[in-house]
Amino acid sequence: MGFLFHVGRFFAMLGKVFGKPEKHRMYLKQLFYEIENLGVNSVGIVVMISIFIGGIMTIQFAYALMNPLYPSYLVGLAARDTLLLEFSSTMIALIMAGKIGSNITSEIGSMRVTEQIDSLEIMGINSAGYLILPKIIAVVFIFPFLYIISVFFGILGGLVTGPITGTVTLPEFVDGLKTLFVPYYVTFSIIKSLVFGFLVAAVPAYFGYYVQGGALDVGKASTKAVVNTNILILFFDLILTRLLLT
Amino acid sequence: MIKVKNLCKSFDGNQVLKDVSVSFEQGKTNLIIGRSGSGKTVLLKCILGLYEADSGEIWYNDTNFISISNKERKAMRKEIGMVFQGGALFDSISVEENVRFPLDMFTKMNSKEKQERVAFCLDHVNIAQKAFKLNPSEISGGMQKRVAIARAIALNPSYLFCDEPNSGLDPETSTVIDQLLQDLTREFKMTTIINTHDMNSVIEIGESVLFISKGEKEWEGTKKEILNSNNQKLNDFIFANKLYAKMKNE
Ligand SMILES: Nc1ncnc2c1ncn2[C@@H]1O[C@H](COP(=O)(O)OP(=O)(O)O)[C@@H](O)[C@H]1O
Ligand SMILES: [Mg+2]
Repeated sequence: MGFLFHVGRFFAMLGKVFGKPEKHRMYLKQLFYEIENLGVNSVGIVVMISIFIGGIMTIQFAYALMNPLYPSYLVGLAARDTLLLEFSSTMIALIMAGKIGSNITSEIGSMRVTEQIDSLEIMGINSAGYLILPKIIAVVFIFPFLYIISVFFGILGGLVTGPITGTVTLPEFVDGLKTLFVPYYVTFSIIKSLVFGFLVAAVPAYFGYYVQGGALDVGKASTKAVVNTNILILFFDLILTRLLLT
Repeated sequence: MIKVKNLCKSFDGNQVLKDVSVSFEQGKTNLIIGRSGSGKTVLLKCILGLYEADSGEIWYNDTNFISISNKERKAMRKEIGMVFQGGALFDSISVEENVRFPLDMFTKMNSKEKQERVAFCLDHVNIAQKAFKLNPSEISGGMQKRVAIARAIALNPSYLFCDEPNSGLDPETSTVIDQLLQDLTREFKMTTIINTHDMNSVIEIGESVLFISKGEKEWEGTKKEILNSNNQKLNDFIFANKLYAKMKNE
């Protein structure tokens, strides 16, 4: 089916999602559950990936910037800015689209094919609101934290790896971290995180909510959701970078 | 009492329901029977408003379900309980929480009152206390159906809908479920509509039976009349099972 059909239906779904809740207390209960389920449970993988990437980047930058003409602080600076600007916001969002996104699609999708969503509707509950709104709020809320956590552990990875491998000394690296720091990069990336957080929850929710068929179709929908979320993240990355950074 | 008048429904040009008119009485177990794919589920979901009918009228007592506003429909939903084909229990919460869910959503009961209502409903469908805390995946198919029935009657509805309550169950468990549905219907004076292709159910609890074939109403009557009807399509459906052919001859 056509692109415009999906866009139309996506916004129609959002209309329902932001409709009036039946009972605020029930939504709040879901929200806390989702913050833990989708957010807190993602911290581990973000920490691990960030430490590794921080370390790997430091080694690669040190190698690429080996020329004695370059100032020695450049490695720390490059690692810091890469984390701040792109890795900890965009790359983490792409990875989370795989983890959180596929989780959301398969959960909502299996509720659809087993008629649990119909069951909510029959009771007179706005199923889109009840199932999707807490997820969107939870993911948008936790994404800036994941960003900050990722930057922190990425830099830590560099701090540890550089000296251990002998590619860059600790003082040189720290010197780089402090040189030419642009606070706006953080603001810019937090704005991106909020947008990506919305995409990572809302797009997979859409693919799950409109699944038709059985378990196999839920699996296919998960794959489609992740691919489409990734494309949209990169597309919005391009737009936001153009709008906010240049 | 639910009345359906001239109901039509199609999906992408494929007409699934053709001009169906029927009424379902209060305090009785009303059965909709027919082959797989004949349109039973679609009929049920149209009556429930899960699918929008293309044309026709649906009356719940004196309320025309099609012409009322969404808000009024939502209010009416508290009068309606539904047992889905697979049970459709929420699989992330326990048996007890499933039954409490509608109470949490729609009542101002305190937790003690809710607890009592949950125990009352689960007791009515013969679920033992020790299963209350289990998750739906940890109980048998027959138990899941019974919990689904308990959840459907939690808000004390006037209308109860069941889509193939016996599918996937052994004959003995099926009989238990059928009997349970009939008892609940009488006790709470509900208008109960049950989709089935199980002839045993028809003979057991078919107080009023609608037979549909390819989306059309083919025959209606009671379980007493059904074995002696002259309707060819109905006979083909019933007597596909040799046992009933024998009963007819006796
Ligand atoms: N959502 C739908 N979209 C398109 N066709 C459907 C849909 N639901 C049911 N149908 C079609 O309607 C017919 C009747 O289906 P159904 O009511 O499920 O049969 P059953 O009597 O077994 O419950 C089938 O041919 C089915 O393919
Ligand atoms: Mg069916």
